[in-house]
Amino acid sequence: MSEETNKLKHRTAAKEAAAAPLAVSNITVAYQRKAVVEDVSFALPEGKLVALIGPNGAGKSTLLKAILGLIPSISGQVAIYGDTYKKMRSRVGYVPQRESVDWDFPTDALDVVMMGRYGHLGWIKRPGRREKELAMATLEKVGMADFARRQISQLSGGQQQRVFLARALAQEADLYFMDEPFAGVDAATEKAIIALLGELRREGKTVLVVHHDLSTVEEYFDHVLLLNKRLVAAGPVAETFTPDKLHETYGGKLAIVGQDGREALVVK
Amino acid sequence: MLEWLISLWSDPNTRWILLGCTLLGLGSGVIGSFTFLRRESLLGDTLAHAALPGVCIAFMLTEVKSAGLFLAGALLAGVAAVLCVSAISRHTRIKPDAAMGIVLTFFFGVGTVMLTHIQHSGSGSQSGLDKYLFGQAAAMVTGDVYVLMGVSLLLIVLALLLFKEFKLISFDPGFARGIGLPVGLLEHVLLILTTVAVAAGIQAVGVVLVAALLITPAAAARYWTDRLPVMLAAAGVFGALSGTAGAAISTLGEGIPTGPVTVLAATLLFAVSLLLAPGRGLAARALRHRGMRAAYARTVDGGAPPTGAAEGRES
Repeated sequence: MSEETNKLKHRTAAKEAAAAPLAVSNITVAYQRKAVVEDVSFALPEGKLVALIGPNGAGKSTLLKAILGLIPSISGQVAIYGDTYKKMRSRVGYVPQRESVDWDFPTDALDVVMMGRYGHLGWIKRPGRREKELAMATLEKVGMADFARRQISQLSGGQQQRVFLARALAQEADLYFMDEPFAGVDAATEKAIIALLGELRREGKTVLVVHHDLSTVEEYFDHVLLLNKRLVAAGPVAETFTPDKLHETYGGKLAIVGQDGREALVVK
Repeated sequence: MLEWLISLWSDPNTRWILLGCTLLGLGSGVIGSFTFLRRESLLGDTLAHAALPGVCIAFMLTEVKSAGLFLAGALLAGVAAVLCVSAISRHTRIKPDAAMGIVLTFFFGVGTVMLTHIQHSGSGSQSGLDKYLFGQAAAMVTGDVYVLMGVSLLLIVLALLLFKEFKLISFDPGFARGIGLPVGLLEHVLLILTTVAVAAGIQAVGVVLVAALLITPAAAARYWTDRLPVMLAAAGVFGALSGTAGAAISTLGEGIPTGPVTVLAATLLFAVSLLLAPGRGLAARALRHRGMRAAYARTVDGGAPPTGAAEGRES
């Protein structure tokens, strides 16, 4: 190998190390003629848990899907670790909304988790023992090892959510996207998800979570993105998750009530 | 009975036809499982009815009756029908099910007009094209059977090779797109395989009923298992049994069309599955429900003996 190419390799590696896990610039998404997400730009810091919050219809899920290329955006760019999503796909894990699939599909929990390996397996090849072991290990992590062979319709909503999380873990990604993982889950699942998020942070992974429960934002997340069609604010929770900025995001839909000497936020 | 079975097997032509219909049922059942799970059952019916004008045009252009040519005509007509359905649902406010209803009947209407025209023209009356409405397996010549068998085998092999990909786009297309599978392309491949299954089956089963060979075995198979590979196998077996039964019984008498017999056999298997399958079947559900009610009655009675009081109240 010549010195020239060596240098070049070095430089691209350095560039990649410096690049943010996710950089979004000027993304606009429209259904029919109405803009749902307008001119949104932000970059995620590495190794942080980031909440994407905003009122209903603010375009949170839409923005997430547009970033992942699941729906077309009419303008804007997405860079993942400084490169296109297409090239960096293997470093991205995705947890869709639970309602997005038919849970009566003839398959079991372990099989769904193994789907997380399909991207690495390539065409035609079947998952083997290695994939099975990895899938079992990730099921273990979300406390679902005992349900590996359970048909997925026989699982509770929270357990189904944990299966989806395990599938994303099986992708062994560096950047995770989760669409409302806390929606409608039981306490045990909520605990399992929090533990998992903590572990991902310790491993230096970056996680973007569409979240709707304002009361837990400060407890669970490091950074926050406030969205209401446009990006209202982005940054560390301590600086960004403030009454002023929340009011700007939620408008009149938000009330701040005093409770036991502490202020609580309530979405009307 | 035994004599009849032996006579079926001893005639080489009938033997080939039986084998062809068995393979057709197998292939249709396997591909149809994906159609069923993707909730596109009506699409199969649309493709089948749309095939009729394709077959007629192929005959009018060439004046030759050949399975390969008709397959091509049916395929093209099927693709045209699907394009119409997606154009209507994309550019208007009409929902896909209504769009399919419109396209299906329009194509079938055009096909029927063409068929009538062919029947009344000179060479057409001998064409036996009317058999394409309800199918006549016995009318197939060896060349037709070879095409049928080749196509069915191709369907099975492709479905097995792309099993993992087809499963993922059927269960969670969003996730599939996320990991980089060309979901649009795979959906088109699956659609074409469905069209091929339907087009291959029309000579034996007929355009009116061929969709049943796609959907009914899959619906029946779903009752027996919660595992997709087992479901594909069961649907294949049910389809094969239906195809064999249709071909065998229709050779009994000159006038019996294959399609209706095949469909009756498939529906019988479906009815048995619906009623008797363990787990999901109606009988199993009723038993489970009864058991649960009895158990509940026992707990409410608080330690009453399991037989006696609780059961006495129920009856």
